Amino acid sequence: MSDTRAATNTKGKSGLFANGFDPVGLLLEGRAFFGLIAIIVVFSYLSPNYFTFDNLLTMSSHVAIYGLLGLGMLLVILNGGIDLSVGSTLGLCGVMAGFFIHGVELAPLGVTLYPPIWVVAVLVCGVGAFVGLVNGILIARFKVPPFVATLGSLYAVRGIALLITGGLTYNNLGGKEALGNTGFDWLGFNRLFDIPIGVLVMIVVALILSVVLNKTAFGRWLYASGGNERAARLSGVPVKRVKISVYVLSGICAAIAGLVLTSELTSAGPTAGTTYELTAIATVVIGGAALTGGIGNVRGTLLGAFVIGFLSDGLVIVGVSAYWQMVFTGAVIVLAVLLNSIEYSGRAKKKSSNDGGATPSPQKTESAGTAASGGARQVPQKTAG
Amino acid sequence: MLSARNVVKHYGGVQALKGVDFDIYRGTVTTLFGENGAGKSTLMKILSGVEQPTDGQLILDGEPVRFASTVEAQHRGISIIHQELSLAPNMSVRDNIFMGRELRRAGGVDYAEEARQAAALMTELEEDIHPLTKVGDLRVGQQQIVEIARALSVDARILIMDEPTSALSATEVEVLFKVIRDLTARGVAIVYISHHLEEALEITDHAVVLRDGSMTAKAERADIDLAWIVRNMVGENFDLGSPPTGYEFGDTLLSVQSLTVPDDSNVDRAAVDHLSLDVRAGEVVCIYGLMGAGRTELLEALAGASQVSDGKVMLEGRDVTHMDIAQRIAAGLVLVPEDRQRDGLVQTMTVGRNLSLASIGAFVKNLFLSNSGERGLVDDSIRDVHVKTDGPGAMIGSLSGGNQQKVVIGKMVTTDPKVILLDEPSRGIDIGAKAEVFKLLAERAKQGLGVVYSTSEVNECLSIAHRIIVMGRGRIVAEFGPDVSKEQIMAASGESVAA
Ligand SMILES: Nc1ncnc2c1ncn2[C@@H]1O[C@H](COP(=O)(O)OP(=O)(O)OP(=O)(O)O)[C@@H](O)[C@H]1O
Ligand SMILES: [Mg+2]
Repeated sequence: MSDTRAATNTKGKSGLFANGFDPVGLLLEGRAFFGLIAIIVVFSYLSPNYFTFDNLLTMSSHVAIYGLLGLGMLLVILNGGIDLSVGSTLGLCGVMAGFFIHGVELAPLGVTLYPPIWVVAVLVCGVGAFVGLVNGILIARFKVPPFVATLGSLYAVRGIALLITGGLTYNNLGGKEALGNTGFDWLGFNRLFDIPIGVLVMIVVALILSVVLNKTAFGRWLYASGGNERAARLSGVPVKRVKISVYVLSGICAAIAGLVLTSELTSAGPTAGTTYELTAIATVVIGGAALTGGIGNVRGTLLGAFVIGFLSDGLVIVGVSAYWQMVFTGAVIVLAVLLNSIEYSGRAKKKSSNDGGATPSPQKTESAGTAASGGARQVPQKTAG
Repeated sequence: MLSARNVVKHYGGVQALKGVDFDIYRGTVTTLFGENGAGKSTLMKILSGVEQPTDGQLILDGEPVRFASTVEAQHRGISIIHQELSLAPNMSVRDNIFMGRELRRAGGVDYAEEARQAAALMTELEEDIHPLTKVGDLRVGQQQIVEIARALSVDARILIMDEPTSALSATEVEVLFKVIRDLTARGVAIVYISHHLEEALEITDHAVVLRDGSMTAKAERADIDLAWIVRNMVGENFDLGSPPTGYEFGDTLLSVQSLTVPDDSNVDRAAVDHLSLDVRAGEVVCIYGLMGAGRTELLEALAGASQVSDGKVMLEGRDVTHMDIAQRIAAGLVLVPEDRQRDGLVQTMTVGRNLSLASIGAFVKNLFLSNSGERGLVDDSIRDVHVKTDGPGAMIGSLSGGNQQKVVIGKMVTTDPKVILLDEPSRGIDIGAKAEVFKLLAERAKQGLGVVYSTSEVNECLSIAHRIIVMGRGRIVAEFGPDVSKEQIMAASGESVAA
């Protein structure tokens, strides 16, 4: 008896734990990747200026912004939530950077403090983290649905940014040698080994997050609580703490994006980053993450950021009108996600028809599970990004 | 009426069915037996249009058919109750029953008529559930009743039931059987799958046994008995054994003092009412009771999953009443939850990651997860509870229902607890696996584990428990030693012994 049952197969074991190269997994993800290649090929054909070193650098600086926002958004979406406030947070953080560079007046002491740039950066990240903390507490503690809570912050935070500047823009962000706060343009203009600093920042953040997601207990907790919060909680996962943390991290990512963008533009406007939350969601979704939570990875999100960035800049370069740009961008987003879901559709459709079309939620999670099992060994690989 | 001829089904590399012939006859109950992962659910999914066979044919009323979807199968009169509940928890009982087939009248849906029919179905099933209750607020067993009601409401000619009774009490099963007999008398064909063998034997006309995707035996009711089923299912005879003996109990591990848990749906009554209970090291305590007796509420409160309004929980003399779930798991008090889909499994993760989820702390080395540590843990766990899987990298959804249940049990056993609380852990696991789980619990009990085992099957109590506690209305109504008879337990629970 026991020996027939104990005949649990050993062959597939490497799948779960392997971290190295996995050609099949790459191929599956390949679709977004091929999409990116297609974009590059098409635009290179249409415009000789597209595939040039300079343009690639410009485009990748834009990608850095989307990528940073997207990475924060990825964490939130893995948790099964959504963060609509990142665009506003980006704007506020840019404004705060300008505000700090122009000096903090301490009225009772009659002095104006000019913090050095690294302090400015830390303070600004603190602002982003604070916005995230408020979101997280509203969502985890007070059970406000993520969509609503962060929609509220989208408005409120943008309003605060406008209040701080009175609707104006901080223009001179150079700082003064005498005050020791120069160097803010380093983020947006300098290069290391020919790569813009903004892109390097994105890469560093991506590396850190991918280690966190794959190699730490927090990462495992995040995937588990996004996949099934009740089961995770009953297994001892601190689901509330995880939830608050992802919004804080998303706020910090938005703050970093705000710093980079402000430095690239050399001005801090209170309306910067408007609608970027939608772009961030798009990058995550193009990267193969599921809005229901629990599925997605860093590699995919970066790819998504490149697709969006390279596409929108390409459209500008070949001179497509702004209105058509929107149409194309929308089409590509849907197309990319459609491609991602093609392998799943066969079974998912059958599953959901159990109930004459209405898909109850347990069914949904089940079909996600069974659908994925078609390529049982690629899926964990995806998350092992 | 409906026949399957030489049906083959592959899932990727896994061959779930290897050419099965299966027949369903008018007005009879055909039962399907087989180990976990034998292919029972797969075969039923093919008959009801959920899955397409890789090869083979379905023949309905003499002509070959293909069901592209469940809707199509439903039009031909085939209805299925799934092993895993497929209800929308945010909707009412009425809306779930009529989902996708809403009754129309001029100007919209005829809610009144739907509610009336839903209420009638509940009366037929002798269940006191209001049609407008939200399904998410019902306990698993009640949800199963709703699932059954939905299948009944279709007026099918062929009704497939994949473990319809895994969460039902004996009385409710009796009621269901009455309904089934009515249906067969009207000419409806029934396919019935259950791991409660005695129960299935009671209702069956034909029995069919599947093993590893092939049909191994087929017989009429008159020619079979329990031993025949077990022999054909697993190839040998055995029973569930008896409570582990030959050692002394240790100190009191778990001490529950006057625990009270409020009832969310009814403020006048407590779900658990000033209940006190001690469990000693090495002791296996079985909690028996009907649905609604408060067993699940008690165990959830002990695990820290729900609010307690009064009383104390002590573990090894330590007060754990105010600890959260994670702290209690760390302290050694763990719960195997009742509802594996909702509370037990993370469907987006692999078998391995589900198994290791509650023990992550055990393989974290300086902040980082250790792959080798996790693999060792997962391999042990798969071996301990005998999960039949392609390997720890397989997605949890690719396991058969019973094997998913084993993962839920294995996950908690792996945390190396001091006291393990199991809430209906045998749901959906086959008799062999049940014996293995019992053996595992008995072994661990000998090493000093305290076990609290909640069940609505009397036989399970008798095969594992040193002490049997009967719960009713949130209190302990009776307490027995291991030598008690089945009838005594059932009588104490307020159940009709006739069952
Ligand atoms: N979606 C799927 N993907 C891959 N393999 C699957 C899938 N569904 C089922 N299987 C495999 O097919 C086999 C038969 O599974 P099935 O669910 O039919 O078993 P079962 O007889 O119903 O078992 P149980 O008694 O545990 O419910 C199992 O080995 C299972 O792992
Ligand atoms: Mg099954």
